[in-house]
Amino acid sequence: MLSFIIRRLAVAIPTLLFLVVLSYLIMYAAPGGPFDMERPLPPAIMANLEAKYGLDKPLVVQMFNYVWNVVVHFDFGPSFIYKDQTVNDIIAQGFPVTLTYGFWSFVVASVVGMSLGILAAVYHNSWLDYLAVGISVGAQVLPNFVMAPILVLVFTLWLGWLPGGGWQGGQWQYIVMPVIALSTSFMASIARLTRSSMLEVLNANYIRTARAKGLPMRRVIFRHALKPALLPVISYLGPAFVGMITGSVVIDMYFSTGGIGVFFVNSALNRDYSVIMGITILTGALTVLFNLVVDILYAWIDPKIRY
Amino acid sequence: MALLEIKDLSVKFETNDGIVSAVNGVSFNVDQGDTLAIVGESGSGKSQTAFAAIGLLARNGRSAGSVKWDGQEILNLPEAKLNRIRSSEIAMIFQDPMTSLNPFLKVSEQMEEVLTLHRGMSRREARAECIRMLDAVRIPDAAARITMYPHEFSGGMRQRIMIAMSLLCRPRLLIADEPTTALDVTVQAQIMDLLRDIKNEFNTALILITHDLGIVAGSCERTMVMYGGRIMERGLTSEIFEHPTHPYTLGLLEAVPRLDRKEEVLPTIPGEPPDMLKGFKGCPFEPRCPLRMEHCATEPPALERLSETRVRACHRNPEEVA
Amino acid sequence: MLLNRKAAADLASADMAPAIEGRSLWADARIRFFRNKAAVAGLVVLILVALFAAFGSHLSAWSNEEVDWSVLGQVETMGKPSLFGGPAGDRPHFFGTDELGRDLFARTVQGTQISLMVGLIGALIAVFVGTIYGATAGYYGGRTDSVMMRIVDVLMSVPYMFVLILLLVVFGRSVLMLFVGIGLISWLDMARIARGQTLSIKNKEFVEAAHAIGVRPSTIIRRHIVPNLLGVVIVYATLLVPSMIIYESFISFLGLGVQEPNTSWGALISQGASQMQYGTLWMLGFPLFFFVITLFAFFFVGDGLRDALDPKDR
Repeated sequence: MLSFIIRRLAVAIPTLLFLVVLSYLIMYAAPGGPFDMERPLPPAIMANLEAKYGLDKPLVVQMFNYVWNVVVHFDFGPSFIYKDQTVNDIIAQGFPVTLTYGFWSFVVASVVGMSLGILAAVYHNSWLDYLAVGISVGAQVLPNFVMAPILVLVFTLWLGWLPGGGWQGGQWQYIVMPVIALSTSFMASIARLTRSSMLEVLNANYIRTARAKGLPMRRVIFRHALKPALLPVISYLGPAFVGMITGSVVIDMYFSTGGIGVFFVNSALNRDYSVIMGITILTGALTVLFNLVVDILYAWIDPKIRY
Repeated sequence: MALLEIKDLSVKFETNDGIVSAVNGVSFNVDQGDTLAIVGESGSGKSQTAFAAIGLLARNGRSAGSVKWDGQEILNLPEAKLNRIRSSEIAMIFQDPMTSLNPFLKVSEQMEEVLTLHRGMSRREARAECIRMLDAVRIPDAAARITMYPHEFSGGMRQRIMIAMSLLCRPRLLIADEPTTALDVTVQAQIMDLLRDIKNEFNTALILITHDLGIVAGSCERTMVMYGGRIMERGLTSEIFEHPTHPYTLGLLEAVPRLDRKEEVLPTIPGEPPDMLKGFKGCPFEPRCPLRMEHCATEPPALERLSETRVRACHRNPEEVA
Repeated sequence: MLLNRKAAADLASADMAPAIEGRSLWADARIRFFRNKAAVAGLVVLILVALFAAFGSHLSAWSNEEVDWSVLGQVETMGKPSLFGGPAGDRPHFFGTDELGRDLFARTVQGTQISLMVGLIGALIAVFVGTIYGATAGYYGGRTDSVMMRIVDVLMSVPYMFVLILLLVVFGRSVLMLFVGIGLISWLDMARIARGQTLSIKNKEFVEAAHAIGVRPSTIIRRHIVPNLLGVVIVYATLLVPSMIIYESFISFLGLGVQEPNTSWGALISQGASQMQYGTLWMLGFPLFFFVITLFAFFFVGDGLRDALDPKDR
């Protein structure tokens, strides 16, 4: 098991390096830098600024210094635009927010999606199945940027139950709509995936064996069918996680929740390289870590996978 | 009173392309300790007959008629009631040992649950009993191997595990659905030997479903030949082999390779198995029958009783066939 | 197998039951597809939406840039859709106007064009790049395969939307950049699917049989591998279009995609959403309606195609 994890990590590190190099190169190729103002700065000041941020050194050196600082000191450097803040400050500010609603979205999408899928498969062709399929088909065309305005329209403008935005330290009223908006389409995908894989498993020969043994239906489903049925769902959780992190951009912009998404977009618009890099690398690392967890989970469930 | 009494059983499947009538008016009995072979090619309805009897049809399957176990009607009983009979009274083993055991659970987990459920044993008692049963089906080093996963066993070993699992509750009837089809020839013989020994040891009645007449001869007292979801002929195995009274049985017997005859080519039955979607007015075998007559296509032959042990369904006289 | 001469002669002479009529895979699939009501309805909707995008601009008296000065300042009343009780006149706004007095019908037509185009082109890139990449990896196998697929793995765990936003910001926001960015990420799944399918087809008995009787490799690929790959590719491409549309709308919703005066569904939804509190709900409603029904239609057609082409449950 340990060697399996180490081998997976060996793949994860090049992935992260690739991400760093890629974003650095895109940035480097960009026409215009962070200090290109409407009124050009005097060359001497420009040189000073560039020296201060290390932008005068060769590309490879810049990149190496950057990676060194990130890996050894967990220091993403200063922000180019927010003069008094480092990237670490910004991350410390935005990440807890994103992780909070991200976590709940993930839980809601997985738990509701899987339950709906299992129910639909077990009661195949019943009203429950049609209801579950209806919900999941409907939710499929409701990505976060569609859900967000609809939720605000209904719960804020019409019913007046929930505040239309803000965070307030994460009180529940402020979490509900971001979580629903972010999780709906993933919940739908998970439900569809669970349903079809559960249906396939329920037709498997070993399920017939289990039934021939006289096991009650509940035991057949939970003991014999659940694990194999959830395998494809588990491998979908990785991409779903990436999708939810990405969706935070919309959530933060629309609900003013103050997560990393809003920093990302603003920094991108202002060419604040170090913030963009920091956020991209951190979410990349998170993604890699999450995929690792998913892989381990998968290997743990499927006895045929040798570590 | 017969142990299992099936009367006028029919099975239909609703598919996208229409209704498939898989089994049509099948009746037979199985007594305590009896051995019956159900023979036919694929699509003859032999497996579906067995599945229908213990309520294991696919979701789109519907069955009608009567199945009595110990005098009690069990056809289309609710699942919860059938579960009391399954495995503890009627056990079943399946064609493909590779896919019939759950690949995600250890052998011990799959076997023990039968005993903890039906016999209320503790895990420890169940484990001991399972190991004993694995020994009985000649799995070497059972105590150590019981905690392995199915994919760590060979096909023959897995079928032995299936057999051991089916016998845990000492069922009175064992239904074996093509138990050797997916196995190598040498392993086939071992499994058939095992089934025979077990039948004698536990005094279990056996229904052996197969397309292979070769394994029927040595193992079953009675044989029932099915085609197109109907019974063609039924009798003592010796009678069927020596004096087949149905053209289809005759064809099947001639298609069995034999060492005592020198032939350049093995005879086959020309034509293809019937398309069950279309259904047929007359005898299902009519299109392929070398002895067919005009009214064979329009009138289904009735099941006629020749003797105490023998029934057949054919418009020809028995003498004309042999 | 020995050929049974006598049986063969019997077969030839005997008047057998009429042979089971053969239907080709595609003919069979067509029949199955048209039996699926949801899929057919989806197809009809798609055709209607495509016609709307192609000819809609001829129906409206307004262009998508023109400002109707007469409604400015009183959009809530004068800008109402003429289809829902707004002012009719001789130059009606069927879908009303946006907050700047531009005709929403013309803008929706234009947004539909862009969104459909991005969806279709994104899917096409994915089909070409992904199929070729995946089939190559699957066909050559071995080390080539593992290196190629490792690259896909690496690319897949990149938070692509961030990279896409980066690309758009750095190289300017244009439809072209959007195509490049979306095309760059969309082929990954396709490559995996095509590879998996190629691997399994390569080892199928009918390919080995063809190989054994001496059919040339090029013929095997053309006659056996490609037709079997095609079904999966078509199904997946149909399901890719809506996800491409969602990507584009996501980017445009953030204001990073298509730029004014051009627009797309995402941009229109974003604008409509920002005007909700003034009660001008048609600004959100019309683009949302087109977005939703088109996605639905694509999903239904995709599912219908999958059911029709999947030989598993026949």
